[in-house]
Amino acid sequence: MAEEDYKGIWIFAEQQNGVLNPVTLELLAKAQELKAHNGEDIYAILLGSDVKALAPTLIAHGADKVIVAEDAALASYSARPYQQAMTQLAEKYKPSIILYGATSLGRDFAPRVMVSLKTGLTADAIDLGYDEDDVFYQTTPAYGGSILAHIVILECRPQMATVRPKMFVPLEADESRKGEIITETVSVDAEDSYEVLDVTQKISDHEPIDKASLLVCGGRGIKSEEDLKMLGELAELLGGQVAASRPIVDNGWLPHEEQIGQSGATVKPDHIINIAISGSVQYQVGMQNSKCIISINHTAGVPIFDISHYGAVADYRSLVPAIIEEIKKRK
Amino acid sequence: MKILVFVKQVPDTDDVKLDPKTGNLKREGVQSMINPLDANAIEAAVQLKEKYGGTVAAISMGPPQAEDMLKKALALGCDEAYLLSDRAFGGADTLATAYTLAKAAEKIGDYDLLLFGRHAVDGDTAQTGPATAAYLNVPQITLATSIDVQDGWVICDRNLEDCTQRVKAKLPALVTVCGEINTPRYPTPINIMKALKKPRTVWDAAALEADTARTGIPGSPSSTKKVFEPEKRNTDTKYFEGSAEDMAVQFVDMLANEHLV
Repeated sequence: MAEEDYKGIWIFAEQQNGVLNPVTLELLAKAQELKAHNGEDIYAILLGSDVKALAPTLIAHGADKVIVAEDAALASYSARPYQQAMTQLAEKYKPSIILYGATSLGRDFAPRVMVSLKTGLTADAIDLGYDEDDVFYQTTPAYGGSILAHIVILECRPQMATVRPKMFVPLEADESRKGEIITETVSVDAEDSYEVLDVTQKISDHEPIDKASLLVCGGRGIKSEEDLKMLGELAELLGGQVAASRPIVDNGWLPHEEQIGQSGATVKPDHIINIAISGSVQYQVGMQNSKCIISINHTAGVPIFDISHYGAVADYRSLVPAIIEEIKKRK
Repeated sequence: MKILVFVKQVPDTDDVKLDPKTGNLKREGVQSMINPLDANAIEAAVQLKEKYGGTVAAISMGPPQAEDMLKKALALGCDEAYLLSDRAFGGADTLATAYTLAKAAEKIGDYDLLLFGRHAVDGDTAQTGPATAAYLNVPQITLATSIDVQDGWVICDRNLEDCTQRVKAKLPALVTVCGEINTPRYPTPINIMKALKKPRTVWDAAALEADTARTGIPGSPSSTKKVFEPEKRNTDTKYFEGSAEDMAVQFVDMLANEHLV
């Protein structure tokens, strides 16, 4: 079959316990751009058991069609039944593109579909689009993030990618949007060789950093663990939270959950205050969509200033206490 | 118990530069090392062997120089090493790599557990492990932070975005491990000496009976169309000026404008 016979932009609708992962709606939004270019319909692929009720939400957020495949063996995620279901659907409909969120589930699942469909899968893309030659590309940071690459899948279909969460903004829900819900039957084997024994929700004394509206972040230039208290005090005064770039976490000063960047979380708070962070590409990938970027660094010209709305070339050890003092004075 | 642990040789740097003329990576002077998370996978395999008995084989696909890394894997406690090396394997994406690794696992045969690091620091795809599991049609556990084996099942904790899970998979199974799982040991001089006597095997495509249309560049659906240094996104930056106290006043004025104080 020729490449042009494959049609449809598919978004894997990741859900667990009937709750959609937000990355699904982000991908539906990005899919509108791809559709504007290639004119193909946008499909959301909903696998599970008793999940049909999520279909209208997917349509309201931009899906033209929702394929629902329900089976008891798909009730909770395990790799092989999901692999079987997606493979059968893709072989029947022959989409040109399948996108998955680059979540722990998506990255567990998508490589198995790659093998059964014998196609390409780009990992952890941060952007997608069509280039000057009309080729669909996925952008990924390569070699630790100092270089970006355009990955293409020229001859195989579907062209697949896992896409990093929080890169795109979901569309506002439009309940009047029309879409088609297609029910499909898949033939999957119950997985008797894999079992989830126990799940413990992570409990934290504060909200996760990707939900905070203001972050105060420390980086490589922070001289001691003690100095993080200063960052904590500033964050508290402004109703925000402390986060960090990788060196702070590598030093063991903060847990991995509070790391921003390519190997950590992607955040887009209303305000982010970067303290002693030079702004490697790996870090920028994780925070560049923040609304207002404010940076303090003692070296002029470091990359973080290129993306900052406000900057102070100063030693944080004198400036941050002065800011704390000034805030207290005005309260 | 027969454990296969898959290891990759990676550049010992995260600061790779492009040759401005060719667009290729500058590799001169860059040392290579064992992928750090693969060292965790070796340590997990050796600890299981020490606890329950059995053998550990280290497998790597790479150029002939990867022998040195495999010698290190042997010094860390693996019993034998396999290097999959052939010009026909070069330039492989994760689909072609997983195909080649799965062919080696099948040729070795009778494996109980396959271990991978959760990702390689150079590519960071985290796809080769699950894809190899798919080729071998075995269950997988990704992102393991602990591992044990009981009654023919491998039991792991997994660290996910909003929860931790305890899961089990029936052997044979494939597990990818996170750095938290253990601290890799250092090779002792005695073990480095012993390693030299351990069996090392090199297999090419013919030895693996691999279809070379499915290895290397011909077997790779994805390719890199271009690499580029990231565009500088120049935002109009408003700088605060003066002494620390002056800057602090301007800084807090800005916070007030943003309704933060």
